[in-house]
Amino acid sequence: MVEMVSRPYAAAFEKFAAGNPDILCLSADLTSSCEVDGFRDRHPDQFLSLGMAEQNMMSFAGGLGLAGFRPFIHTFGVFMYRRPYDQLMASVAYPRRKVRLMGFLPGVTTPGGMTHQSIEDIAVMRSIPNMTILETGDATEVESICEAADSIDGPVWCRVLRGSVPRLFDTPIKVGEMRELSAGDDVLVVTAGITTEEAMRARSALKNAGLSIRHLHLHTIKPFDAKALLDHVGSVRHGVITLENHVTEGGIGSLVAETMADAGVGKRLIRLGLKDTYAHGGSRAYLMRYYGLDALALVRGVEDLVGESFGIDESDLDSARVEDVHSLVKAEAL
Amino acid sequence: MRNSKSTEEVALGIRRRVFEHSIRNNGGYLSQACSAGEQLAWLYNEELNLGAPTLPMVPKPFEGVPSPQNPDYHTGAGYNGPATPEFDRLFIAPAHYALVAYATLIEVGRMAPEGLAMFNKDGSSVEMIGAEHSPGMEVHNGTLGIGLSTAAGLAYGRRRRGDSGRTWVFMSDGEVQEGQTWEAVQAAAYHGIDNLYAIMDVNDQQCDGAMSSVMDVGDIRTKFNDFGAVCVEIDGHDVDAMREAVKEPHAGKPLIILARTNPFNAMPILEERFPRLHYVRFKSEDERQRMNVSIAKDLGIEPIDYAH
Repeated sequence: MVEMVSRPYAAAFEKFAAGNPDILCLSADLTSSCEVDGFRDRHPDQFLSLGMAEQNMMSFAGGLGLAGFRPFIHTFGVFMYRRPYDQLMASVAYPRRKVRLMGFLPGVTTPGGMTHQSIEDIAVMRSIPNMTILETGDATEVESICEAADSIDGPVWCRVLRGSVPRLFDTPIKVGEMRELSAGDDVLVVTAGITTEEAMRARSALKNAGLSIRHLHLHTIKPFDAKALLDHVGSVRHGVITLENHVTEGGIGSLVAETMADAGVGKRLIRLGLKDTYAHGGSRAYLMRYYGLDALALVRGVEDLVGESFGIDESDLDSARVEDVHSLVKAEAL
Repeated sequence: MRNSKSTEEVALGIRRRVFEHSIRNNGGYLSQACSAGEQLAWLYNEELNLGAPTLPMVPKPFEGVPSPQNPDYHTGAGYNGPATPEFDRLFIAPAHYALVAYATLIEVGRMAPEGLAMFNKDGSSVEMIGAEHSPGMEVHNGTLGIGLSTAAGLAYGRRRRGDSGRTWVFMSDGEVQEGQTWEAVQAAAYHGIDNLYAIMDVNDQQCDGAMSSVMDVGDIRTKFNDFGAVCVEIDGHDVDAMREAVKEPHAGKPLIILARTNPFNAMPILEERFPRLHYVRFKSEDERQRMNVSIAKDLGIEPIDYAH
């Protein structure tokens, strides 16, 4: 049974930031939802509430960066860039301010529907010059995201998981690297964030069906180690499948496609993710099933890729965690 | 660093330079020089505590945008002196006032006159809409509304560091149509950022024409006060009024000076173009000649010989 860690960001951020006078914790009215309420209460001198005013917060953070501070902005990812996109460009990205954008509730990890789901943020951030993009896939990565982000000389976009988070890895994020979670030579599966756990659930069933899966987990999306990916692509027979908590346009599916195309690699690629669609509100498990982001969707993708049906169904997959929409660690679910 | 000229002389010099440039180039931000001349002259000539420029008097060409591959990148802030704790900082929030700002730098001896000849030339850092790397600029303000927020963040950070220098913003009144301006004021007031100062050129003009006809914004002073700033309203062509306004007590609050101005002050013939004064490009050779003669007379100089 996988270890579950409660509110890993809360402790990690406090351990990282407390007592560092150049780190400031900025919040836009979602302080407990972003797990920095304890930090606010215990370290009020390093905490700045900027209210529901993200445009000002973004430029304000740029000003703090100009003054030599390294602000960590905490809000839901979607509010971090959709409304203040221009401010993000002018005040943070262009001048390479050391602003750390901690975006919570990536993709469908919220019951809040379209207004709360950042489903195209990676596509947007990838197109922004000077931006680094990190994504957390487990508790260990959440625990190491602050150090990883703060090691970057410039702005950093982070997709942060919160609440009850599984521990899948035992080593911290190493910016610029990728994790090889299983070696295999039939199919390369590339995942990031919450889809990595789904791929891990599918692996044993696929192995039992006689298929050897090479599984990569990306925590660093930009900058990206194209050569490492191409080596992995070259090691598999059938092709590549990406599975992402994001639209397939501009996310890691596009990243892999562009890398392969640039190198003239002619292998098949199947990109799984949100298919040119908004989602709606619901539990994570429901949404992942409905939009084809879960372990079973990956199995069907592998079957499509190799042209064979393995007869795998839900009962063959490793157990899924069932998270309550309302729980002690996420009182409001938002 | 103090200039030997009076602030009124600097303001006149700004207008003369912007006028000459606009006549020679068949267009320019003339009305902004009319409205804002005294404000920028007062800031640079009297009020701001700035160190000596750290960049060459003749601006260097464009040297690339910030990137990890461009380690020698610098902003244009060096024309305002070093960014050290004791000195003031100034952001020009409406970046299209750049022509007026450059003219000011020349008048107060911070940039060579040749700098203005580089205005809006390909490969130049003296950009038409002031960029981060343009003389006197430190941040991008090309979209309106972001200047005050950035200044609030800088001022807050400087206060934490114990800097004695103030952070100033030169603003324009059209910016109050942007919601971000109000976000910035309420945040600055809530966090007691009283080392933040702004002077706003209230000329009632915006790109589409008079603000009252595009989207009237009502009583700006009352709004600023209601959002938590201390706001003083003055005649923006009266330098003594500026000297008094900045003394207004504002403990725990930003100070915002509304400078009510005339967009054709000192160049009355420009009223012919009202309400389209945002960027004056002459409609005909006849208009160009008439304005050349009329404005030159008002500014006390000979008409510009732009044919050569």
